[in-house]
Amino acid sequence: MPTNAPAAAHALKDVAASDSTLRRFLHGLPGVDAVGLEARAASLGTRSIKTTAKAYAIDLAISMVDLTTLEGADTPGKVRALGAKAVRPDPTDRTTPSTAAVCVYPDMVATAKEAVAGSAVKVASVATAFPAGRAALSVKLADVRDAVAAGADEIDMVIDRGAFLAGNYMKVYDEITAVKEACGTTARLKVIFETGELSTYDNIRRASWLGMLAGADFIKTSTGKVAVNATPANTLLMLEAVRDFRAQTGIQVGVKPAGGIRTSKDAIKFLVLVNETAGEDWLDNHWFRFGASSLLNDLLMQRQKLATGRYSGPDYVTVD
Amino acid sequence: MASVFAYAPAPESRSIVDIAPSYGLFIDGEFTDAADGKVFKTVSPSSEEVLSEIAQAGEADVDRAVKAARKAFEKWSALPGSERAKYLFRIARIVQERSRELAVLETLDNGKPIKETRDADLPLVAAHFFYYAGWADKLDHAGYGPNPAPLGVAGQVIPWNFPLLMLAWKIAPALATGNTVVLKPAETTPLSALFFADICRQAGLPKGVVNILPGYGDAGAALVAHPDVNKVAFTGSTAVGKEIARTVAGTRKKVTLELGGKGANIVFDDAPIDQAVEGIVNGIFFNQGQVCCAGSRLLVQESIHDELLDSLKRRLSTLRLGDPLDKNTDIGAINSEEQLSRITSLVERGEAEGAERWSPACDLPESGYWFAPTLFTNVTQAHTVARDEIFGPVLSVLTFRTPDEAVAKANNTPYGLSAGIWTEKGSRILAVANKLRAGVVWSNTFNKFDPTSPFGGYKESGFGREGGRHGLEAYLDV
Repeated sequence: MPTNAPAAAHALKDVAASDSTLRRFLHGLPGVDAVGLEARAASLGTRSIKTTAKAYAIDLAISMVDLTTLEGADTPGKVRALGAKAVRPDPTDRTTPSTAAVCVYPDMVATAKEAVAGSAVKVASVATAFPAGRAALSVKLADVRDAVAAGADEIDMVIDRGAFLAGNYMKVYDEITAVKEACGTTARLKVIFETGELSTYDNIRRASWLGMLAGADFIKTSTGKVAVNATPANTLLMLEAVRDFRAQTGIQVGVKPAGGIRTSKDAIKFLVLVNETAGEDWLDNHWFRFGASSLLNDLLMQRQKLATGRYSGPDYVTVD
Repeated sequence: MASVFAYAPAPESRSIVDIAPSYGLFIDGEFTDAADGKVFKTVSPSSEEVLSEIAQAGEADVDRAVKAARKAFEKWSALPGSERAKYLFRIARIVQERSRELAVLETLDNGKPIKETRDADLPLVAAHFFYYAGWADKLDHAGYGPNPAPLGVAGQVIPWNFPLLMLAWKIAPALATGNTVVLKPAETTPLSALFFADICRQAGLPKGVVNILPGYGDAGAALVAHPDVNKVAFTGSTAVGKEIARTVAGTRKKVTLELGGKGANIVFDDAPIDQAVEGIVNGIFFNQGQVCCAGSRLLVQESIHDELLDSLKRRLSTLRLGDPLDKNTDIGAINSEEQLSRITSLVERGEAEGAERWSPACDLPESGYWFAPTLFTNVTQAHTVARDEIFGPVLSVLTFRTPDEAVAKANNTPYGLSAGIWTEKGSRILAVANKLRAGVVWSNTFNKFDPTSPFGGYKESGFGREGGRHGLEAYLDV
């Protein structure tokens, strides 16, 4: 596959020429056998990660967290507290890495930006009428432009699942390209599929390719607002997609599982999936993220345990 | 694999298993020395460490064991099925309780990864005993008429690739149907069978119902030829199987043979590629390829050959070979020096005949018997590596153009044990599966086992079925 990458990249240019070429391409992707996919994800979940590998994995996972607050009740105070925690997750141990980003609603971007000023922590914003995405394109684009103008480094957009499920792939493609354009040159675009609503693995593979063809910098499983969010299997599938996409086009795309990853043990299993599926090129926070809020505290407690040999407890990490 | 995320060693503790410096034969409920006092050593294939010294059964011991089994048969076969079931359920539960100990033991003695003994072998061993325990009081309903009778003494000879699992496949149906057993485990892997002897005592199984005779081929031959054995069950090489068939020909002994294979794994161009790659890996590298039903011939539709091979090579580069007791190990040691040299010579022959050999970059440990996962491309049906069973981690890749050609090539082998089909098209699965001359055909998966599912071969892969309701027939007078 990598041998004829330039030719393949050229060929993929025509994929989105029309509705029918796009549909033909997406439906021509190899199928996914659900039983086999889940079995593979489960077998990678049995990797035993301990000692130095565990310490490495925990620090890596902390550095990949998009620390997230997406509530109707978000206030500047809450966002400032989150920003402070993202910059310095464990005040008792300065060697703890910062998280990758804080992820907030568009109207909180400016506040978040101030809170993380002077650090490497990025500000991500869920623009595009998150989480349902049920608004006119003009509204979504305005949402994106506002967030970018307020300083957002990353935009997490939701796709129009209705259009996707109705088979209207071109509409989804056009929306992504429009949002990508609105992101300008500064903001990276994460495209959220809401895999729980796409329901089948074949759909998730198609959505992954659709997103990447349209220019996504990241593909992301879910909003965290539905029943089924990130799972080892759907993340494994998306890792396969970015791996194959790079082999064909030379373009590397990041992956972000979001929602439902709460424990260090789970996070480490996801890192094993990255390591053994896409490979080590994806093992940093430019290419892999965790969309999570409660995960961080468990990672911090596990980190303290490794450092001291004792479990501390929830009162030894901050509640923000 | 050199990586930024290098996994630290995760060894399973071997302190859970207590291996004695020596073991005797298990005859009539007692451990005893061999009549001629002979012993042999069993070594750990991953380190060449001597694990224990084992009494070596000879002809006189076979005779003693068969007599003990004959004597026990009277009472055992007269027990109501529900009583026999109690013993089998008890054995199944003890196997579960001691499964970690047995998994470590099996890994030490056989060389296969702890991941496989823990997650595949032991759960299946317990499942077989549970399954056939359930049949013991329902034999009237198995489709063989009312009150089907047991045969008598079963002489069973099992191989070294799945020592405890093959024991379970043989002993569970034999006991459920009311037979008594003399079993000879392979000389390179006798330990788990001897631990099983201890489990029989723990379960209070009547003396003589199960007898275990570690030894070499001569003991197996003596057992098969013993005039007072009523049923012969053998799993192993086709050459030995033919020898056994000659021995029992003209006698009244019932026989089942489960022999070699050269399974075809057929990948069509519409297959779920990523899962097919996993299935190919599982098909040939499970237990270092030392599996009679291994998918050792990969038949790929020519139109996706290059793409699939790229994926497969990339996947093989992530396989972790090394200490079998490490929980992260995917590929363990080859069972014996003899087997390693057999694999090596067949692979050299493949190269000499012009097939293209490829292995991922992979460091082999210094001591022990190791062979890197190996692919042969540019293979045709005329190559030795496409015809002979290698019984090692060596995959031969062939191509085909049409479904008919795939079927023709898949069936063009003296064997007929297993096959695999990979396609997203359901109608094609059914059409192709019906034309394949193989005992098991897996679709969109490979190497899946279950006690309820019969297993056995066509042609030189043997005859008779083990597992499921069909597995009862081999132990009943029907």
